[in-house]
Amino acid sequence: MADKLTLDIVTPHGHVFTDEVDEIVASGSEGEFGVLPDHVPFLTTLKVGMLIYKKGSETGIFFIGSGYSEVGPDKVTILADSAERSDNIDVERAKAAMKRAEERLKKKEEIDEARATASLERAMMRVQVAEKHHAR
Amino acid sequence: MATLRDIKTRIKAVQNTQKITKAMKMVSASKLRKVQGRMLDLRPYADKMRDVLMSLAKGADRESHPLLAFRPRKTVEVVVVTSDRGLCGAFNTNILKAAEKYINNCKKEGFEVSISTVGKKARDYFKRRGVPMRNSRTGISGNVSFSNAQEISNDIKENYINETIDEVTVVYNAFKSMASQTVTIAKLLPLAPVEEGKEGSAPESGPADFIYEPSMEAIFDRLIPRNVDIQIYRALLESSAAEEAARMSAMENATKSCNEMVGKLTLQFNKARQASITGELMDIVGGVEALKG
Repeated sequence: MADKLTLDIVTPHGHVFTDEVDEIVASGSEGEFGVLPDHVPFLTTLKVGMLIYKKGSETGIFFIGSGYSEVGPDKVTILADSAERSDNIDVERAKAAMKRAEERLKKKEEIDEARATASLERAMMRVQVAEKHHAR
Repeated sequence: MATLRDIKTRIKAVQNTQKITKAMKMVSASKLRKVQGRMLDLRPYADKMRDVLMSLAKGADRESHPLLAFRPRKTVEVVVVTSDRGLCGAFNTNILKAAEKYINNCKKEGFEVSISTVGKKARDYFKRRGVPMRNSRTGISGNVSFSNAQEISNDIKENYINETIDEVTVVYNAFKSMASQTVTIAKLLPLAPVEEGKEGSAPESGPADFIYEPSMEAIFDRLIPRNVDIQIYRALLESSAAEEAARMSAMENATKSCNEMVGKLTLQFNKARQASITGELMDIVGGVEALKG
C-alpha cells in the first residue's frame, strides 16, 4: 500500500520537479483528473493546462505545455513538452506572446493557424497559472 | 649535427603548434559546455520516455501500431554516428570498429544490412571500403538540432513502416565523463525490453494493464514516433558532447607533448650553444698561445 506518490516532471529542457506528494490534479486531453496513491495504471495525453499537487499543507502549481502522463500505484511521471513552476513564469513574456499570437491570428495571412492558436493557448494558460499563483 | 639556427626554428614551429592545440582545446571546451547542458537536460526525459514505452510495450498488442510490429528479421539497419571533423583521438575509430564488428555479425547471421551514416568520418570510411550506404548525412555533429534528429528519424520510421528495414540499431559514442566515452549500440526498433546492463536502467516491472485516455491507438500514434525522434536526438547530442570531450583531451595531450618537446629542444639548443662557445674559447686560447710563441 503506497501512501505517497512520487511526482516526476521532465521536459526535453530538463528535469523540472521531483518529489513525494499526496495528491495531484492535472488536465488530461479528455478532461481534468485527480490522482491519489494506489491509482490504477493509467496513461493519458495532456493538453496545455495546469498541474496542481498537494503535499501536506503545501500546494504547488505548474504550467504544463502538452505531453503525456503515466500514472502508476506510487508514481506519476509527466513527460511534458514544456513545464514551468508557477513562480517561474515570465508573465511579461507570456503576455507579449499572447499579443503576438492574437495579431497573427487576426491578419490571417500566410500563417500556420494551428501553430498560432497553440501558441496563444499556451500563453494564455501561462498567464492564468501565474495569476492563480499570485491570488494565493 | 643540427646548427643553432635549425634548432631555434624547430622550437618556434613546435611552439606555434602548441598555440593551435591550446586554442582548439579552448574552443572545444566552450562548445562542450553548450552541448553538454542540452544533453544533460534531455537525458531524464529520454530515459523516462523509454521507460514509459517499455512498460506499455509489455502489455500492448504488437499489431496495434506499425512501429511496434515484430517482423522476421531480414534487413537490419545500422545508423552509425560519427563526427565531421577529426583531431579527436580515437573517437571515430572506436565507433567505426564497433560498427564494422556489429555489421559483420549481422551478416554472419544471414541478415541483410543497410547502413545510414551521420558525419563525414563514417561516410568516408564506408565509401573507401566500397560499402553502399542507404543514407548519409553530414554537417550535423557541430550543430545538433531537433529538426536534424527528426529528419533522420522520419526517414527511419518511413522505411520501417514500408518494411524496407526490420530492425534499427544506432551506434554512437555516449558521453560518460570528460575523460571517457562509451561506444553504445542501442536497438531503436522494434521496441523490445533493453538487455540489462547494456544501456540505461531496465524498466520497472509492474502491471501492464493500463487505462488509456483517449485511446491506446491515439496515444501510440503520438508517443511511439515521438520516442524515435527523441532517442535519435539524444544519440546525436551524446555523440556531439562526446566528440568535443574527446577533442578536448586529445588537444590537452597534444599541448603537453608540445611542452615536453620544447623542453627537450631547448636542452639541445643550450648544449649546442655551449659547445660552440667552448669551441670559440679553445680557438682564442690557441691563438694567444701561438702569438706568445
